[in-house]
Amino acid sequence: MKRVRTLGWMITTGWLALSAPSLTSGEPFLPQQDAQVLERLTVKAADPVAREIKALRASLLRDPQNMDVAVSLATTLIEQSRSEGDPRFLGQAQAVLAPWLDHPTPPSSTLLLRAMIRQHAHEFNLALADLDAVLNMQPANAQAWLTRASIYQVQGRYDEARRACQPLLRLAGRHVALTCLGDIAGLSGQAITSRETLTASLDRPGISARERLWILTILAEMAARTGDTNAAEKHFLDAQSLGVKDHYLIGAYADFLLDQGRTQEVVTLLQHETRADGLLLRLTLAEQALHLPVSKNHTAELAARFAAGRERGTRVHVREEARFTLALLHDPQAALTLAQANWKIQKEPWDARLLLESALAAGSWNAARPVIDWLHTNHVEDMRLQQLVVQFPEEQS
Amino acid sequence: MRLILALAIFLLSTPAWAHKPSDSLLSLTVQHDRIEGRWDIALRDLDDAIGLDADGDGAITWGEVRSTHDEIAAYALSRLTITSGETHCPAQAPHQLIDNHTDGAYAVLLFTMTCPSAIETLQADYRLLFDLDAQHKGLLRLTHEGDTTTAIFSQESPTRQFTISETSMWNQVQQYAHEGIWHIWMGYDHVLFLLALLLPAVLRRVAGRWEPTPDFLSAFWEVLAIVTAFTIAHSITLGVATLGLIALPSRLVESAIAASVVFAGISNLYPALVQRRRVVAFLFGLIHGFGFASVLSDLGLPRGSLALSLVSFNLGVEVGQLAIVAMFLPLAYGLRKSWTYQRLVLVTGSLGIAALASAWLIERALDLKLLPL
Repeated sequence: MKRVRTLGWMITTGWLALSAPSLTSGEPFLPQQDAQVLERLTVKAADPVAREIKALRASLLRDPQNMDVAVSLATTLIEQSRSEGDPRFLGQAQAVLAPWLDHPTPPSSTLLLRAMIRQHAHEFNLALADLDAVLNMQPANAQAWLTRASIYQVQGRYDEARRACQPLLRLAGRHVALTCLGDIAGLSGQAITSRETLTASLDRPGISARERLWILTILAEMAARTGDTNAAEKHFLDAQSLGVKDHYLIGAYADFLLDQGRTQEVVTLLQHETRADGLLLRLTLAEQALHLPVSKNHTAELAARFAAGRERGTRVHVREEARFTLALLHDPQAALTLAQANWKIQKEPWDARLLLESALAAGSWNAARPVIDWLHTNHVEDMRLQQLVVQFPEEQS
Repeated sequence: MRLILALAIFLLSTPAWAHKPSDSLLSLTVQHDRIEGRWDIALRDLDDAIGLDADGDGAITWGEVRSTHDEIAAYALSRLTITSGETHCPAQAPHQLIDNHTDGAYAVLLFTMTCPSAIETLQADYRLLFDLDAQHKGLLRLTHEGDTTTAIFSQESPTRQFTISETSMWNQVQQYAHEGIWHIWMGYDHVLFLLALLLPAVLRRVAGRWEPTPDFLSAFWEVLAIVTAFTIAHSITLGVATLGLIALPSRLVESAIAASVVFAGISNLYPALVQRRRVVAFLFGLIHGFGFASVLSDLGLPRGSLALSLVSFNLGVEVGQLAIVAMFLPLAYGLRKSWTYQRLVLVTGSLGIAALASAWLIERALDLKLLPL
């Protein structure tokens, strides 16, 4: 009788029994003590950024029609999303701009911000469409040209990227245009001259810390790609000493250390950065190399996060997932599928590298063909990529 | 300079995000005119929306969440409108728990929605957080009779309509009949009660001794009479209890059922009682009917078609019963002349049944756990 009653109970509370484990990560619980901390916010109410956001929100509430305030608030939120690595702020920025974006012809300043939000969500073609609209209205909008160049570069469309950098020579500071061009040139066969130009830009008086961070990061990655590890190390450390928190920089430096087998340093660098998926991935790679038991827990944690990301139907982590699948799950075939899907969206050196590594591990020579052709066509300069390419049988002859 | 500053900020490639963007997880289980809901909403989102971190120290404690339960429930449920047909189904959210997801702690809101009639089409209108976070999504899992549908709500598509595959009348008959059969088979107490009563049916008492019945037909009529008496009796009480005319405490009913099995087992040792098996079947059948009724109410009865489910369930019980009789009768009839049947099966079997049922009786009456079953 009890058994049948249990059956009835299961039917009435079917959601508990039937919901998939990915949707409910565990059994919900009733905390026992009021003092138990459930969640730590990345920003405290007293932090300057939080106060700035709060003040802007308040003034927007007083004057909901004020687009300048909305644009300032959205800009601050996008900036916050970058330094915290938290995409929630992007959605919040978009919501702040919604009254103007819902308009049939949104003002250019709001379209520009939406382009950046879409860029961060890896919706590159939608972002480019927004930028086209902005540049139609304001052909002299430097930020729009720069963002366009940046998206083209990620997509591997180097000629179009170069053309988007050109107008910056007259619209923005010369060092901005040179950095824009230098970044692309460094990828496509002119690393030596680019490094000279970019190094010279650093000496310009009056460049901001963020600009310095930008240039130093490009220089560091460029030096790493050409195998100049000493220069790369110096640039990375200089960039870090600027005191501007940037998830991209930390990730790039961790990759550099991983490539050099300096895994213990990666653990030291990232041990408190477990919230960011991309950084946790690199930490776990280092832990695996050091045979630390915690790498198993972190691998499971990452698998759960990727699964949760898939549930919502939008995927921005395909590159990270490919790397995770290859290096931590050791499933080259699945990694190759992910790397190929990722290659359709973006074509940075790391995207090429993951596809080549997965294809090598899976023994699928043909799968690598589009990437190898692409690398040849664009004269991509990258020591690691070249080392991978020569391992393919057809490239050895 | 402002322009240059703004320029450089967004230049680097996009970072690998720390988390996925904001999602809430909504599970709805539809059952006739009711919806059982579970809604997991990130504490960080709730903090942005209604402010949970009362002391502003950047740490959200259970005390802060617990004391804002009413606000959380009011905020969330005012942004989820469920209509059945044309009518809004109001929600009650008395409970709140916490769950840890991959991107942090979530408040788990447990709620019940009651619609005026059985749900055929369900319209869901989801507006949580869209005003604050344009990339927020609501991940819905809708379950009805074991079938699960998923949907994603976003600012662009905040409403969805679902046809709750309406259980046809025939399906309903099948479902309840199936439950009835299942229950008589899995409820060992009913089976044993019946078997205890049927064991002597292939024998008859002649001059103080057991003798095999001369022909199959007389055994058959005897069995039919006992089963019919049992059926009529439990149908009466099943109906009376399901309609709510009489309600007995479950522990009493379960104990009485166990006692009836004990009695049926022991009575086989007393020939005087054996002659009155039809009366025994009827009287104790009344008690078994209350047991069936509690199963039926656990299954949840549709208000619209109470009678149909009741009849179907009862029909299932009879079918299950007949299957047992159909297996028992030929076997017992074949063995009835043997010493084994007359001595071993009848006496030992009856005693065994009585012993097992005594254990049940103690378990149920004293709320103990003695047997693995």
